[in-house]
Amino acid sequence: MFKWFGLVNYAPHTKVAEFARHLKDGRLVGTKCAECGATTFPPRADCAECMSPQFEFVDVSGKGTLHTFTTIVAAPTGFEHLAPYVLGLVDLDDGGRALAWIGPTVNAEDIEIGMELQVVPQMAEESEEIRVYYSLERPGTMWPRTQPPQ
Amino acid sequence: MTMTRVGIVGIGHTPFGRRSDATVQEIAFEAFRDALADAGIERDAVEASVIGSVPEYHKQRSMAGVIQEYLGLVPRPTWLTEVACASGSAAIRTAWLAIRGGVHDVVAVIGCQKMTELDTAEILALMGRVGEVQWESGFGTTFPGYYAMFARRHMHEYGTTREQMLDVAVKNHHYGALNPLAMFRKAITREKAAASEEVAPPFRVYDCCANADGAACVILASEATARAISERPVWLSGMGCATASMSVLRRPQLTGLPSAERAAAEAYAMAGITPRDVQVADVHDCFTIAEIMAYEDLGFCPRGEGGRFIEEHRSYIGGSVPVNVDGGLKAKGHPIGATGVSMTYEIVKQLRGDAGERQVPGASVGLTHNVGGIGQYCFVQVLTRE
Repeated sequence: MFKWFGLVNYAPHTKVAEFARHLKDGRLVGTKCAECGATTFPPRADCAECMSPQFEFVDVSGKGTLHTFTTIVAAPTGFEHLAPYVLGLVDLDDGGRALAWIGPTVNAEDIEIGMELQVVPQMAEESEEIRVYYSLERPGTMWPRTQPPQ
Repeated sequence: MTMTRVGIVGIGHTPFGRRSDATVQEIAFEAFRDALADAGIERDAVEASVIGSVPEYHKQRSMAGVIQEYLGLVPRPTWLTEVACASGSAAIRTAWLAIRGGVHDVVAVIGCQKMTELDTAEILALMGRVGEVQWESGFGTTFPGYYAMFARRHMHEYGTTREQMLDVAVKNHHYGALNPLAMFRKAITREKAAASEEVAPPFRVYDCCANADGAACVILASEATARAISERPVWLSGMGCATASMSVLRRPQLTGLPSAERAAAEAYAMAGITPRDVQVADVHDCFTIAEIMAYEDLGFCPRGEGGRFIEEHRSYIGGSVPVNVDGGLKAKGHPIGATGVSMTYEIVKQLRGDAGERQVPGASVGLTHNVGGIGQYCFVQVLTRE
């Protein structure tokens, strides 16, 4: 089901395909090596430290700090309708990094390196196929489908 | 057995720009023929060729064979090297290895690319896959976008300014105007660059190099053969090569390229020199910030002072290390597979004293710095003459 990940997906087959199913359920996960315990985000099946192929998914908080960002004005195929969009790179509190769009809960003029952000699972509602991704939002932002009704 | 030194005995270079009049093998032929004439050798003296190019830009699949045939080098060996925008330097490195290993004595290296074979839609689709496709491309990353993120971080950590970045474009267009082979031969002002269209902030059009068509060729030979062929061979005295994580998710520092730092250290050590000994350099200025990062990665100035280095004109002729006096990727154009070979061509011209209006007076030690992708590959050469 990794074909669900990203509005455009170029790599549907992977050993960590379950990541996309967890994301669809509103759960953000990294991987933990079953042998040496090294954790990583984004997930990888084969441990970068000890080379063990045994791993398990573990929940990550998604809390992080903005390392850098830009705005894509000239967009590639499949993203033209979204441009301009802001891409942010966050250093995660639990280790690792995430690259994603900075979402609507953050005011464009407030974006600055060092600000705290939250990686939030997202599902593209307007798509006929399942399309999941994550975005960078104001800390405390919940997975949209767990928010209490207004 | 001591391994031979490897000398450059012939060089050739087509104009860079849009070539709607020729196939990629026809463009490669021009550079090869010029290099043979420059070396003063017959085609039969060439034992093998190495082609540096990025195949996904061409309709022709497995292009090395087609080029080999068009150059008239069949049945000798040929092969293609591909490491994105550093493919040309990788081709030189493999030819150097083949000569050092005693397998071949004279090898032609041809870097070539015809990027305008693709239409805009194909370019945009290709652009969507420049990053790591599993975790990054699904968010619509682009090449300028990655370097723009490097630039923002460099500004944040070191106070590098937009003006300093635009000064790199101004310098490289200034020198591009002096290079008859350059794509853009017009000086620009900082104001003009600052007013150009936005691409990925902080970058505007004038922060970015341009896609181009073109080819360059260098002919390499073992020391004894080089001395027999040429009265003034230029030596590949230091050859460094390193990688860095492709994904920005797994690269701790984004204000420099760790691959470049490592490749430079290796090349300096092999050549027995320090950064202070470099008298002229061609570096990979695919974006303005990339040249500023290169000053630092190569040790031309301390980390974080690259902005000041250009602001004070220390990379102009007359400064401490003239950089990209052929116009760089920025003004010369960037036919990606050709670029690394074009850099070596320029440094050979400089060390021979043949660079005309853009000559760095008396240069005897030069350097090339050729980066693939967003720094996942880097090749550094130290070139010397006697």
